Amino acid sequence: MGRFFKSSIGRKYAMALSAFFLMFFLLQHFAINILSVFSPDAFNEASHFMGTFWAVQYVLQPILIFGVVYHFVMGFILEAKNRGARVKKYAKNNGAANSSWMSRNMIYSGLAILAFLVLHFIDFWIPEINTKYIQGDMSGLLGDGDGFRYYEELVHKFVNPLRVGAYVAAFIFLSLHLMHGFSSAFQSAGATSMRKEKLQLFGKAYAILIPLGFIFIALFHHFNH
Amino acid sequence: MNLTLKIWRQPNAQTKGKMVDYKVTEISEHMSFLEMMDVLNEQLINKGEEPVAFDHDCREGICGMCSMFINGEAHGPDRGVTTCQLHMRMFKDGDTITIEPFRAKAFPVIKDLVVDRSSFDRIQHAGGYISVNTSGNTQDANAIPISKHAADEAMDAATCIGCGACVASCKNASAMLFVGAKVSQYALLPQGRIEAVDRVKNMVAQMDLEGFGNCSNTGACEIECPKGISLENIARMNREYLMANVKD
Repeated sequence: MGRFFKSSIGRKYAMALSAFFLMFFLLQHFAINILSVFSPDAFNEASHFMGTFWAVQYVLQPILIFGVVYHFVMGFILEAKNRGARVKKYAKNNGAANSSWMSRNMIYSGLAILAFLVLHFIDFWIPEINTKYIQGDMSGLLGDGDGFRYYEELVHKFVNPLRVGAYVAAFIFLSLHLMHGFSSAFQSAGATSMRKEKLQLFGKAYAILIPLGFIFIALFHHFNH
Repeated sequence: MNLTLKIWRQPNAQTKGKMVDYKVTEISEHMSFLEMMDVLNEQLINKGEEPVAFDHDCREGICGMCSMFINGEAHGPDRGVTTCQLHMRMFKDGDTITIEPFRAKAFPVIKDLVVDRSSFDRIQHAGGYISVNTSGNTQDANAIPISKHAADEAMDAATCIGCGACVASCKNASAMLFVGAKVSQYALLPQGRIEAVDRVKNMVAQMDLEGFGNCSNTGACEIECPKGISLENIARMNREYLMANVKD
């Protein structure tokens, strides 16, 4: 199977598999974050569970990091190879006549998402790792010990309008990436049912509703606190 | 109609090319695009200039020889046709038409608008066939029942004329629609199943070796294909390739 993943089709499968994992992760991330709108307590409980449960921390989190890094690195490698497959560009190329803007610009929407992830890691992931694994505080409690810290930290991040703006812009790029990426992953994985309207429709709904939900969460906390 | 043509001129594979402007007059809207090119070449020959080299053969849309990237699209703006079946009625009087060769590292320019598509031949040689051994007791192909659905799908895949419009249109210069069609054509039929594992592995290996890009599922190939070869063939090739590697 080593040769398989070095082949063009093997890499398509690998990109699709990492995409499936990332899309599933995105769904569960949204499911937990939306709790912050309806119930801060439920959000705190879910965050504490995800942040301290061993299977999440030591199994799923490393898989997630590998998935993210692999998807980006392989995306860049494939883009470089693909550009090399046409050394001389066309003087006139009417790409809009036969394909969507989203499908032709996955590298740019991907780069925007990567830039967002850097900000997101600085905002949440690095402080979280610092608190838990460097300072050794696994309690999940606020400094004064008065309840969990997760909801407070989340709300605090969405005070700055510039950060909220960056998050909204990033989720628009995420939506554009998913608009092509969702169906593309199924096509790469060899799915025949992708031709059927229902799955196409589900992909479009996912690509719009999930990023829109994240935008709603960011705006909700910005305007309510 | 009177037209301005911007055409890629390149004397040979070693020399750098450039876009050159030409004027053609009194072009009938009923002419095919290649007939318009013939008119231009007659003008050039009469003036003592080198005519524009372009590929053509049957001029009835079945040989896959004519190519040309016209106004940013393989075989021009019409759908489901090759350049020989593209008619000048698709353009307006006074239009400027940009004409370039199919561009891909695996399709090097030989001269002007003529490209070397022998990479497709080498992919076909790697597995795009069935071995019919005449042992004396070979079963008549017509005696093996095939479902109507499979027969139709195999026939649809077999309509690929190997023109290379898929490669030319793909932003990655990927040949996966072509290879997908050739793999599918045999994978769907019992006669093709015998060598299915080796076929898909060898054809994909040759495709990668030729320097084509990776498919990113934009669907441009399917839209520009003069024979309407479906993306479903790429999905089928992917499944065939996965299963071939799992079986190893």
